[in-house]
Amino acid sequence: MIDCVENRLLASRRGLLLGGASFAAWAYLPKFARGADGHDPRLVVVILRGALDGLSTVAPIGDPDYAGLHGSIALTADGAHPATMLDSFFALHPAMPEFARMYRDKHAAVIHAVATPYRDRSHFDGQDVLESGYAGPGRVQSGWLNRALEVLPRGERVSSGLAVGPTTPLVLRGNAPTVGWAPVALPQADDDTAMRLVELYRHRDPVLATALAQGLQLDKAASGDDMKPKGGNAAAQMRQVAHGAARLMAADDGPRIAALAFDGWDTHANEGGPVGRLAFLLGGLDGALAEFESGLGERWRDAVVVVATEFGRTARINGTDGTDHGTGTMALLAGGAVKAGRVIADWPGLKLANLHEGRDLKPTTDLRSVIKGVLQGQFGLSDRVLAETVFPDSAAAKPMKGLVA
Amino acid sequence: MARDSQAALVALNRFGFGARGGASGDLIDAASDPRGFVKAELARPNGVLLEAPGLQSTPQLGQAVFAYQDEVKQAREAAKATAAAETPTQASADQKPALRRNLSLNAAASEVAGQMADARPADNAAKPEAMQPSPGAPPAAKPAPQPLNVIQKTFRAEALARLQRATLVECGFTERLVVFWSNHFCISASKGELARIWAGAFEREAIRPHVLGRFADMLKAVEQHPAMLFFLDNQQSLGPDSRAGQNRKRGLNENLAREIMELHTLSVGGGYTQDDVTSLARIITGWTFAGRQGQLGAPGSFVFNVNAHQPGPQILLGKTYGQAGLAQGEAALADLARHPSTANFIATKFVRHFVADDPPPSLVARLRDIFVKTDGDLKALAMALVDSDEAWKAPLTKMRSPYDFLVASGRLLARVPEDPSRYLNGLNLLGQPLWSPAGPNGFPDTNAAWAAPEGMKLRLDIAAQIGSRLGNTIDPLDLLEFAAADAASIETRRTIERAESRQQALALLLMSPEMQRR
Repeated sequence: MIDCVENRLLASRRGLLLGGASFAAWAYLPKFARGADGHDPRLVVVILRGALDGLSTVAPIGDPDYAGLHGSIALTADGAHPATMLDSFFALHPAMPEFARMYRDKHAAVIHAVATPYRDRSHFDGQDVLESGYAGPGRVQSGWLNRALEVLPRGERVSSGLAVGPTTPLVLRGNAPTVGWAPVALPQADDDTAMRLVELYRHRDPVLATALAQGLQLDKAASGDDMKPKGGNAAAQMRQVAHGAARLMAADDGPRIAALAFDGWDTHANEGGPVGRLAFLLGGLDGALAEFESGLGERWRDAVVVVATEFGRTARINGTDGTDHGTGTMALLAGGAVKAGRVIADWPGLKLANLHEGRDLKPTTDLRSVIKGVLQGQFGLSDRVLAETVFPDSAAAKPMKGLVA
Repeated sequence: MARDSQAALVALNRFGFGARGGASGDLIDAASDPRGFVKAELARPNGVLLEAPGLQSTPQLGQAVFAYQDEVKQAREAAKATAAAETPTQASADQKPALRRNLSLNAAASEVAGQMADARPADNAAKPEAMQPSPGAPPAAKPAPQPLNVIQKTFRAEALARLQRATLVECGFTERLVVFWSNHFCISASKGELARIWAGAFEREAIRPHVLGRFADMLKAVEQHPAMLFFLDNQQSLGPDSRAGQNRKRGLNENLAREIMELHTLSVGGGYTQDDVTSLARIITGWTFAGRQGQLGAPGSFVFNVNAHQPGPQILLGKTYGQAGLAQGEAALADLARHPSTANFIATKFVRHFVADDPPPSLVARLRDIFVKTDGDLKALAMALVDSDEAWKAPLTKMRSPYDFLVASGRLLARVPEDPSRYLNGLNLLGQPLWSPAGPNGFPDTNAAWAAPEGMKLRLDIAAQIGSRLGNTIDPLDLLEFAAADAASIETRRTIERAESRQQALALLLMSPEMQRR
């Protein structure tokens, strides 16, 4: 029976996986393209796990209390490694020249003093809230990006969400179909073995059948001459991952939506200022954004990359030249579709009385409003869908207007 | 018989690392007395400890790192001096390769360090093992492969000892318990050189002696182990009013204190506040390890540094701890170990690991009560799990983690590893690099993490590799008998029978639901 199926079908048996009736997932591929103006939006969500120090990434140099609080690791507008002034008040970390250029070219924006609705300080709960889109922890069945995919109008042209990395981040987990890709160098199982295993799983273990079938779909599309892992450090790996993801997304029939996560932002000790540990990581993030820009090519024009983290870090450095878990932080937007070149902030100030619980940057903008603004601008989702389905019970967090051009 | 084979699968796969191939007769033994088969290992005195020739203690390993770092530094300085002093062609033939070797020994770390103000490797500096096939620095001609440094050698020796033990043991229940507790109290080798060289010793010294002992003892051993103190920065944390804090104008780092409560004992929502975190951080100031100069004790050993300890009583969870010195923290840990939230957290996590992603509440409640009643007797906890009906009735729906999968495959093929590379590379690829989780919460323990599309595809690629390497040496249907016998589904049996080659048959067997689920 197996032989029979194989012989009748296709040069590439993996092609069969796409057509097979049991993979109805692929039958509901969202159609985003707005026919008339050829606008064909892309959205990339980058999760920074570990809680990014927003006050070191986009520093409020104009705030009179900043330098004292951030002490030995505070950024300055002068010195050997000056931060890049974004306006008269905020300055960008010097390890991010690409983002600085995008900002100057009006392809990037910053939203500051943001936070999810989560107000405690556990990474793992914080990440669950950030990625699930629920107001509190403990809801880890699906992520907001997946639910956004589910409500998009369905059409024939475009594939499903792309999960970058060996496991699917929560933000993209859920009912809507996703595909996964990670850079590896390993000789692959041949198509025939893969087909037989899928067949076995279909009879005995449908969950594994679906997972394996999806895993098989994208590996070829992503592979290209220079996609062998180059090894190297965390920063190089960020670039490499972005490079591969951008390549997949640039294709006419490639995924329009992708999510990926970078780890390592939990800078409790020796965080470093303009140079050092955080600088090194920010350089990697900056490189990844540049890879998206170049890899998406023409499509960058219609793209938005959202960079977000679970919460911020203490405004005052701790006893070990680092920062502990905090609350308010910032989010970055990059891409040709961003209405850009600005820092958007209802700045709460860093005076002791203005700090959240006397220690953290007070959030004045709900991160969900930012993301809703992007989803609305890119895909036209309604306020109601955003407030009920994508971010349940979030009517109070209105979509931020004018983020997307 | 069919039912016995099914119970044997539970005994071997849910509780252990799967049946061994060859003449082990594991499946038959397990089928004749499934519970007894699992429990037999718990009865062996010292069966959990791991000693192998060449494995060293934490202080010895710390000293080896310090010596190695000195050597690298000297070589770097010598290279600088040479470069400055020498005429270009004069480098002596034996000196130059030596310099190059020493400098690139630590290529990954120095590449990072080069971008940092000080020369301390970043927390997620590249993992040497992961990078072996493709060295970090891309440009220039490919130099001859570098000899491993003491850190890499140690890591591999520790890994090998653990893998050999897991491959050889009968059922594997105690080793599974070691993996569970080691992940609960995880450190990450990617934190830096000390963490990497200590990763195996940490498990041997702080985890294994207590896996069938008391939770409170394990907790204390873990939080006083140099590897944990280094991993969560406590060696840098100074009491603001301590002598060192005053002199050096530095202070608290609450990283370890928070994770003790959030991840090791009470769990998030377990009833503590930010004030409790800060308070525990003060209580455990001074918990550190002696550095290379050894002013406080033997370099690389746990010490209590009274000069770094925040003086005075502290209030934690409403209770005042007035003890002086080390006793203050030990009293706090003892109370945390005994806290009802801890019992609940441990029981839930334990059942989730062994039985189901959604743990049966009745079983969780029973284990929680046993944990409380026995004051955290971990052997009693394990026994109660094996004695429960739930653990034997729940369908085998958990995914094997990558580590379980690779070890189970090696056991079935009766291959005792003599080099850990294949395992380490496989684990890196599948997202479970040995002793190197991405955060202090350890590797995930749910199907969502391990049955993801990309992970399944990579597992298949690895199974195909194993198949092509070893397929011609085995009879796949014999292996199916060892692994599952008449508990194997008809579809699995047919798929293997009809494979186009032994190689393909082995790949399919390793990927079958019988080998993937536990």
